[in-house]
Amino acid sequence: MVPISYYVILSGVLFGLGVIGFVFKRNIITIFMSIELMLNAVNLAFVAFSREFNQLDGLVFVFFVIVVAAAEAAVGLAIVMVIARNRKSLNVEDVNLLKF
Amino acid sequence: MSIPMIVFIICGIFAVLGAIGLILAREPVHSALSLVLVMIALAVLYLLLGAAFIAAIQILVYAGAIMVLFVFVIMLLNAGVEVRTNLSRLARWVGIPLAFLFLVEMIYSLFHEYVGRAGMAAGGTFAAPVPASTEALSMKIFTEFVLPFELTSILILIAILGALVLAKKESA
Repeated sequence: MVPISYYVILSGVLFGLGVIGFVFKRNIITIFMSIELMLNAVNLAFVAFSREFNQLDGLVFVFFVIVVAAAEAAVGLAIVMVIARNRKSLNVEDVNLLKF
Repeated sequence: MSIPMIVFIICGIFAVLGAIGLILAREPVHSALSLVLVMIALAVLYLLLGAAFIAAIQILVYAGAIMVLFVFVIMLLNAGVEVRTNLSRLARWVGIPLAFLFLVEMIYSLFHEYVGRAGMAAGGTFAAPVPASTEALSMKIFTEFVLPFELTSILILIAILGALVLAKKESA
């Protein structure tokens, strides 16, 4: 069997790549996808630990994370559409009304 | 090398390649397809971990519903090649080192915690691999977690309403 540490390290690497994408990407939709990548990385850690400790609570958490991610994607993409309609651009640097 | 290990390595490589592709792609559609690759690789890993139900909803909800929503919005907004702008000086000299510091620190602490520990390093495999049955999982969701489960339906309803209100054209 595969040791749990491998899963946790893969999860950490995916989360780190998600953070890098979140920081470096300029397109607002791609930034959103980086957030989804981070959520997926956390889900992998949840499932691995749930298996390691033989407890189902981790899987329940993953279930709720997926539900909340679906709701977040629906509302977030609606907001992206409104921003794109108002600003005529998908670049986050054009959305600077609240920027210091 | 056992078969689960080989499957894990293949899926892990695909997942990491997909994540790197998401970051490096200039077109948002390519990023979305890379993310689908990551999600399918993760679904195979969930199957490897014995969580069949989670693997199914990973494919159905994540790779199916959420990514289709993303691709729809990308096509609706006609999102083209990403504009590269110079990062601000603060982002370049503080943000990039901090991002890499975060990555290094996280990998270090994970190694320290789970690889360095004697029990994990020696025989860190699952003691008694009992596959998480969907029956047991649903028992848990519908008894112990029934209130949060019902609340998620309200959350989804509010999300639908919010998305409708936000995305509709102003008629006034």
